[in-house]
Amino acid sequence: MATETLTGAQALIRSLELLGVDTVFGLPGGAILPTYDPLMDSKKLRHILVRHEQGAGHAAEGYAAASGRVGVCIATSGPGATNLVTAIADAHMDSVPMLAITGQVNSFAIGTDAFQEADIVGITMPITKHSFLVTRAEDIPGVVAAAYEIATTGRPGPVLIDFAKDAQNGKFEFSWPPKIDLPGFKPITDPHGKQVQAAAELILKSHKPILYVGGGVIRAEASNELLALAELLHAPVTTTLMARGAFPDSHPQHLGMPGMHGTVPAVTALQKSDLLITLGARFDDRVTGDIKSFAKGAKVIHVDVDPAEIGKIRHADVPIVGDAKVVILMLIAELKAQMKSAKPDYEDWWVFLNGLKERYPLGYSETDDGKLSPQYVIQRIGELSGPEAIFAAGVGQHQMWSAQFIKYERPNSWLNSGGLGTMGYAVPAAMGAKVAQPDRLVWAIDGDGCFQMTNQELATCTINNIPIKVAIINNSSLGMVRQWQTLFYNSRYSNTDLNTGTDTIMVPDFVKLGEAYGCLAIRVEKIEDVDAAIKLAMETNDRPVVIDFIVGRDAMVWPMVPSGISNDAVQYARDAAPIWDGDE
Amino acid sequence: MTTQHVLSLLVENKPGILTRVAALFARRGYNIESLAVGTTEIDGVSRITVVVSLDGLPLEQVTKQLNKLINVLKIVELEEETSVARDHMLVKVRTDSSTRSQVLEAVTLFRARVIDVVSDAVVIEVTGDTAKCQAFLKVLEPFGIKELVQSGAIAISRGSKSMSEKVLR
Repeated sequence: MATETLTGAQALIRSLELLGVDTVFGLPGGAILPTYDPLMDSKKLRHILVRHEQGAGHAAEGYAAASGRVGVCIATSGPGATNLVTAIADAHMDSVPMLAITGQVNSFAIGTDAFQEADIVGITMPITKHSFLVTRAEDIPGVVAAAYEIATTGRPGPVLIDFAKDAQNGKFEFSWPPKIDLPGFKPITDPHGKQVQAAAELILKSHKPILYVGGGVIRAEASNELLALAELLHAPVTTTLMARGAFPDSHPQHLGMPGMHGTVPAVTALQKSDLLITLGARFDDRVTGDIKSFAKGAKVIHVDVDPAEIGKIRHADVPIVGDAKVVILMLIAELKAQMKSAKPDYEDWWVFLNGLKERYPLGYSETDDGKLSPQYVIQRIGELSGPEAIFAAGVGQHQMWSAQFIKYERPNSWLNSGGLGTMGYAVPAAMGAKVAQPDRLVWAIDGDGCFQMTNQELATCTINNIPIKVAIINNSSLGMVRQWQTLFYNSRYSNTDLNTGTDTIMVPDFVKLGEAYGCLAIRVEKIEDVDAAIKLAMETNDRPVVIDFIVGRDAMVWPMVPSGISNDAVQYARDAAPIWDGDE
Repeated sequence: MTTQHVLSLLVENKPGILTRVAALFARRGYNIESLAVGTTEIDGVSRITVVVSLDGLPLEQVTKQLNKLINVLKIVELEEETSVARDHMLVKVRTDSSTRSQVLEAVTLFRARVIDVVSDAVVIEVTGDTAKCQAFLKVLEPFGIKELVQSGAIAISRGSKSMSEKVLR
């Protein structure tokens, strides 16, 4: 094999190029300086200089979530690396394929409390799929290729590689492809045929099945297969927060999102179901509520590529370990064969479900303080932007409203921090998404609290010509926390007032802040201005746009199942539980 | 009441592997009763024997999580009936001319060995299953145990099959 003498740093850049990486988000510093030198000459790698390493991490996540490809972020040792921690933990919870590259002090200085030294491999052990410390230049191609393999294969996740400075500087004979040595890494993607057969039998015996779809279907790129399966069975579908877009919202079989802020039809269908066909979902507490009373009458088929998810929270009657796409295709074939003799009949089930859909559609009441209804603003953003756009949200009320009131028709159009619930995700994630999909309209729908955590990346967007649109749903408070204080703490608003509303001292003034970052920034306070503002944002592509939507602070997210309570107690609006007919 | 389970792990001998394994238990608040690590018949492969007091779902979950660790090659639970487990223990016991013979008698009875003698103490080496070691300690206690160190259980299956078979492709 032909070899070439390279430094470790050159080998790192070359390896990334050869793996097909085209974009890295990062910020240099002492221990990663050797790598930044050859990075400057790379024709294939675009480096986007962020303003804070957390921004690089979330941008890599947004890049990955929007495109299905690996997101890459780079930081220096010590504080640079620790600033990546939140984003790495976020990627771990939401199974985002990510490579986190960090510099480390010279190998001979490791463990001496050297300047900017932190044990980032140790720190990130519980929040990465795997991590590597590289102290020899010649190990670099093999480790980078292995890290890429781990991040993308099976259940995706973040992999951290920590490069000692002397490993970056050392010279060796580079060759490609390297030998990937991972004897303990054998993800199972092909399911057991017998299990698929058993699943099909259970489905055809059931009377009230529901397809409980999680983010795994999006990661497995199995949306088309899911659609085929759902239509073959004519079974209802619910998509979790992580799976919004995995199944078209416009489809008549879609009941909406389940869980704490799920639709009444979705929450109730799960509770009354006799079979949960669980695809790439993990029975998160925000979906199940009190687990003991969750879907008590249902048997469970659980499909997941990660065997550790199966039976973790809820016993699976038919466990299937495998890639969602492969499993669904096999299931369809098996069902077609079995349906020659037994046709599913879910007629009565649909009568019940359609009744729910009719009686309990998603809705909201107008605010009574003269301010905008946040739900209306978000709904209009969705309607005017259309299903080809990408929407990234922060965490809190605006996130839930964005999950509820924007209609998603395709996978990878909805990006959010589902598992970790990271405030500040939206702006950098939208930036990463726009880089990955430059031809798409990309919105960051953010709260006034979230926006203040990571808005420094607007500088990155302006300077690098990444024209994202930011809609700040400004209720001048930490809205979701305030909602809980209203409901569960006698309206005692302990430390949730942010003073960003028009009737406060307005610190900061988001319009001025947006302008300072070179964005087109406007404030919208009246309902008649909402559409024009959204259209102006959509037409403006020479710089990022920030719209400060002043919304009522008493608006709440409904429906709601209070934390830890049975999903049977779903409330449609405050103190308004759905009314059940006698025997249901 | 939880019972003790012996898990045997074949792992790649890579830095940090012990931390990764231990952290999985620590994160969930599970106590490790004992842990023993050493190299094996295969170059670069180490074996970790973990004894845990866990039953049912937590045990299954921990096993699955351990299996997800990239450097873990294989995990088996060694059942009492089909495997042998041994602890190794070194005990320093207070002795004088009046008690030494009694201590030596206990050593003989338990098939232990004296490996160091001074005028006021002996160091005893004993190998056996956990019950035997505990019983031996009970007998020595009245004489005064000055120092105790234990290896933690190591265990191996009975019969001719080896745990490393089929592990490396």
